[in-house]
Amino acid sequence: MIEPRIADTPPPVDYEVQPTSFLTRSSGTVSKGLTLLAVIIIIAMLAVIIGNVIYHGASTISWDFLTSPPENGMEAGGIFPAVFGTVALVILMVIAVVPIGVLTAIYLQEYTRPDSKITRLIRIAIANLAGVPSIVFGLFGLGFFIGFVGSGIDSVFFDSGRPVWGQPAIIWAAMTLSLLTLPVVIIATEEALRTIPAELKDASYALGATKLQTIVRVIIPQALPGILTGGILAVSRGAGEVAPIMFTGAAYYLPYLPSKLNDQFMELGYHIYVMATQSPDVEATKPILYGTVLVLLVLTFLLNIIAIVIRSKMRRARSHAG
Amino acid sequence: MSHFEFKPKSKIREFLGEKIIFLSALSALIVVLLIFVFIFKESIPIFTDPEVQQEASIDKMTFQQQYYKDKPPKWSWQPNSEVPKYSLLPLALGTLKAAIVAMLFAVPLAVAAAIYTSEFASSRFREIIKPIIELLAGIPSVVLGFFALIVLATVIQEALGLTFRLNALTAGIALGLAVIPIIFTVAEDALSAVPMPLRNGALALGANPWQVSLTMVLPAALPGISAGVVLGFGRAIGETMIVLMASGNAAVISASFTDSIRTFSATIAAELAEVVFGSAHYNVLFFIGSLLFVFTFAINLGGDLLLSRLKLKLQGRSS
Repeated sequence: MIEPRIADTPPPVDYEVQPTSFLTRSSGTVSKGLTLLAVIIIIAMLAVIIGNVIYHGASTISWDFLTSPPENGMEAGGIFPAVFGTVALVILMVIAVVPIGVLTAIYLQEYTRPDSKITRLIRIAIANLAGVPSIVFGLFGLGFFIGFVGSGIDSVFFDSGRPVWGQPAIIWAAMTLSLLTLPVVIIATEEALRTIPAELKDASYALGATKLQTIVRVIIPQALPGILTGGILAVSRGAGEVAPIMFTGAAYYLPYLPSKLNDQFMELGYHIYVMATQSPDVEATKPILYGTVLVLLVLTFLLNIIAIVIRSKMRRARSHAG
Repeated sequence: MSHFEFKPKSKIREFLGEKIIFLSALSALIVVLLIFVFIFKESIPIFTDPEVQQEASIDKMTFQQQYYKDKPPKWSWQPNSEVPKYSLLPLALGTLKAAIVAMLFAVPLAVAAAIYTSEFASSRFREIIKPIIELLAGIPSVVLGFFALIVLATVIQEALGLTFRLNALTAGIALGLAVIPIIFTVAEDALSAVPMPLRNGALALGANPWQVSLTMVLPAALPGISAGVVLGFGRAIGETMIVLMASGNAAVISASFTDSIRTFSATIAAELAEVVFGSAHYNVLFFIGSLLFVFTFAINLGGDLLLSRLKLKLQGRSS
């Protein structure tokens, strides 16, 4: 006879909860510890570099250092021409790169579908432009801006044998740098454009505004912080680049400041390179060298920090809105 | 009267505006093409001009050459010698040596730091780490070169008792500092992009958080991490100022990483200023530039491909 069952109890199963082995637990700690160590090493290296430059450079910095020209074969005096040249260079660069970068970003975000052929082609070009070595930009600046555009202007407008535009000049260095920083501006602007709520654009269209009016009066003002970030990052990047300007306009030493677009100029990064490698007495130039490095570092870091702050504010605003 | 009246003038303005925006957008594309054309154009004589080929043909740049009757053939880069020698092999070797050191130094650090940041760090700590690495990326390469030349070279030389103060090891480590932020950023993005449900699924099956990270998130993000490594390698090959200042710039062929080296990029930077316009030397330097351009172009396309594969993989659309 079959024994009647009162309730359908499931058969007992051997689901024994195994205590986590020591090995498992400790390899968790080890992997966490090792990866944390990597973070600490990177931060420590950054701290050593910054600390070293501040330690050796801080005593050199003075108002005089920033405002007087080099003396005695760069072993004394200040760095005013290099500061002036760097500022002039990045101003010219920004004038060239920001409008084109912003318009490119607007085209990519507002005028095309993300999967269209031309968009993909432009995006590949931007990614590649960002990866082209800076020395190749220098070669291009020499071959294109000086050898082709500059010499072309000379042969059409000036028939004297002396080159007027077909020679290294601040305008060509700035143009070369603007190509190098174009991806920076495009990417920052695009990020800003993506944060603009669609309702805002819809409202603009609903009021009867055309696409161009919407872009000029609604989209660009809304994207201004992002455009600013892009411009600042471009300046920070451009101010530190040496390879692209070595052949396109930067000079070892000039007794005068650049006053025309086709003048040569001195620049902080190039000044550092020249003092560190070409100086007959490196020990004697060391204080000035460290001072110059500190000025360049402070300049690029300040710009970077400003950009980071603006961007994180922008991101927070977006996450609040979303 | 309505302010937004549609005037025929605004139609023209609309049309012109769109065209200007479109033309600006093409600029990046045009610039890439122009770079290729103008760099490559100056290296064409190597392939066509017999006079240039006398000194520098593809054959002469690649294979061993017998420059003097009483000496064995060799690979040599001495463009300013009485018998100009344009072998690219010493430069290729130098470039590779610096890049290898840089990658050995940068990849473990950057990938490990990316894993910590995306998997273990609290969100507050993450908000501190990322800007710090961005600052590292913001250090101009001429400053890294300066630091390697003045400080790092002395430290390494004294620690290892080296003959040459400036060598592949010193330049490579400084180069690694420039590469770390690239690899970190791309790898961290890839790791963070692995979807939460995937992680939660593994956690629900009883895996530890670190088991989830190492056995599931890491493999899933692998194409992205590889992309970071590939892009970092491209940067290491093309970076100029660091190697120009810290490598010693001697074009020697040796297997040792503590010998001085001369890289492709540093060769262009050091020699272009003094070269005679249109000479064989000038053409060779532009040819080296073309090589660098084509190489980094391929590297970037490869990195792009890996990243799009990561995207497909995370959406579950690849095999």
